[in-house]
Amino acid sequence: MTSNFVSSNHVSDTDVPTSPPSSGRPASVRIGSVPMSSMPDINVTTDQDKPELGTLGDPERVVPDLPPDPVMEALNLNVLYGDFLAVSGVNLSFGKNEITALIGPSGCGKSTVLRCLNRMNDLVPGARVQGEVTYHGQNIYAKGVDPIAVRTNIGMVFQKPNPFPKSIYDNIAYGPRVTGMKVDNMDELVEEALRGAALWDEVKDKLKQSAYGLSGGQQQRLCIARTIATKPDVILMDEPCSALDPIATARVEDLMLELRTDYTIIIVTHNMQQAARVSDRTAFFTARPDETTGNRTGLLVEYNLTSKLFTNPNDQRTEDYISGRFG
Amino acid sequence: MSAPVLTSPKRAGELARDTVLATGRSRDKTPGSLIFLGALWFSLFFGVIVLVFLIVTTALDGAGRFDSALLTNYFSRIRPDETGFRAGILGSLWLMLGTATLAVPIGIASALYLEEFADRHRWYNRLIELNLQNLAAVPSVVYGLLAVAAMSLLGFNQTGIVLGGAIALALLILPVIIITTREAVRAVPSEIRFGSLALGATVWQTTWRQTLPAAIPGIATGTILGLSRAIGEAAPLLLLGVAIGVRFDPNGFLSSFTALPMQIYNMTSQPQEEFQTAAAAAIIVLLVMILGMNAIAIVIRNKFQKTW
Repeated sequence: MTSNFVSSNHVSDTDVPTSPPSSGRPASVRIGSVPMSSMPDINVTTDQDKPELGTLGDPERVVPDLPPDPVMEALNLNVLYGDFLAVSGVNLSFGKNEITALIGPSGCGKSTVLRCLNRMNDLVPGARVQGEVTYHGQNIYAKGVDPIAVRTNIGMVFQKPNPFPKSIYDNIAYGPRVTGMKVDNMDELVEEALRGAALWDEVKDKLKQSAYGLSGGQQQRLCIARTIATKPDVILMDEPCSALDPIATARVEDLMLELRTDYTIIIVTHNMQQAARVSDRTAFFTARPDETTGNRTGLLVEYNLTSKLFTNPNDQRTEDYISGRFG
Repeated sequence: MSAPVLTSPKRAGELARDTVLATGRSRDKTPGSLIFLGALWFSLFFGVIVLVFLIVTTALDGAGRFDSALLTNYFSRIRPDETGFRAGILGSLWLMLGTATLAVPIGIASALYLEEFADRHRWYNRLIELNLQNLAAVPSVVYGLLAVAAMSLLGFNQTGIVLGGAIALALLILPVIIITTREAVRAVPSEIRFGSLALGATVWQTTWRQTLPAAIPGIATGTILGLSRAIGEAAPLLLLGVAIGVRFDPNGFLSSFTALPMQIYNMTSQPQEEFQTAAAAAIIVLLVMILGMNAIAIVIRNKFQKTW
């Protein structure tokens, strides 16, 4: 049942003529169901070492069962807003050069968890974090940790494209300037970042123009370029495509697959197909109402290889969600 | 029948009954709504007409004195027909310069603290907020008294100098500047702040490089509107003992001076007809100065305006 759902979704998704011909997405990817339909029984294949989902950029990609070299880990993470427990007991580890997707219904705390990973929750009045979030083994919530240093290593891309009201060039140069990065040649750095975000060819002749003249998709790629200009290690993306049209979404997804080579990416998405297309691992969250107060507390239901989670989930709630029966 | 279903006779009849549009009357023009509309028009015109009437009669009263002597001559008791407001105009300009120098940095800094740094849940920050709202409504005479006290604390024997006036007027417009700056800072989308902070910028860098530049149009508008209010004030200056018959140009913040509203106030109380005419002409000069300041505010706003 589940496998039927996923495969049919892939077909319908790719029926939409959204993929730009020049996007570099391999043809085998566009016909997403091909590798699956060639397999006699999906449920059996998920136990093999060759996941067929989450590897759309590279059909040969092999993802081990557990993150081999976790860059970040969340250990018994609780997040409270005042007295309200927003997220409870999250344990996650994020593998190096992998894309991890956080999915789940609205209000399940996935964005809250994401914001904890670079201490952006510090900016929310009343937010408190319990437990640990480690970055290369160091707890980023330990005493004496500078949130600014955390954010320089762990960049973030937001839901709505938020370029600064400055020129394209200054948008990119802002991060290196404020963090005091040693830059020999800012022009080169700007070009490198824009090339890294697959935006250079579109904007190279108008670097001094306002970033507000760009389309929504270009603005979002500019925000990604801005983030990689500061040379982070991890990039957090909070529903980066929810404000974009399908073509721009496809571009950003292609970009994520390219960035995976150099960065560890953690993405929150409402779009299950997107999670299936780009991520190596997926964490499914849901919200459970408190019995007395009715406040909904988010919790992690299942964390697994994307290939497993979408074809043969361990938890009934995951299956209900991804098959559309819930959420 | 080959006709579409929608044009079947019965259906067509129904449509025809419902679609009589030319009824010849409008429910927007019932007596009640017309009376209401009339009341709105009357209120608008009452305000505007009174204002226009005042300006026109003042301009007519002063018509005889729109000459260069009005701007270049000093006050003269002996020759009232040639009296001028040179000292008052220059004094008012010095006063505005001093007021802006004092009020703008303090006002912007206070507003930035309250918006970007202060913890709104602390009782003292809430107390400050409440007081700011009230301070904006305090009569200007009170600020004159405060300035006298401030000057004596600073050790000045003579309070009627530019600095004294500037202190009084700066205190007067500080709440206005703080409130408008806060509005302008609040209007900067939080996405911009988060974007900056997520790149590893400090709160200070974010405020200085993103929030403040984006808020400049609003800040400039609020500041200049505050200064336009201050330039017309005479009451606090009266309390400070600002001179009237000044026959020299002010040359600094510690110089004695007179201001245009002071001179106007003085001349309207003189018996000679010529002084009345000169005062009317000076009122128009003051209005032109205020208009000029508002024009600057509009230019700054349009030049720096950003769309999100």
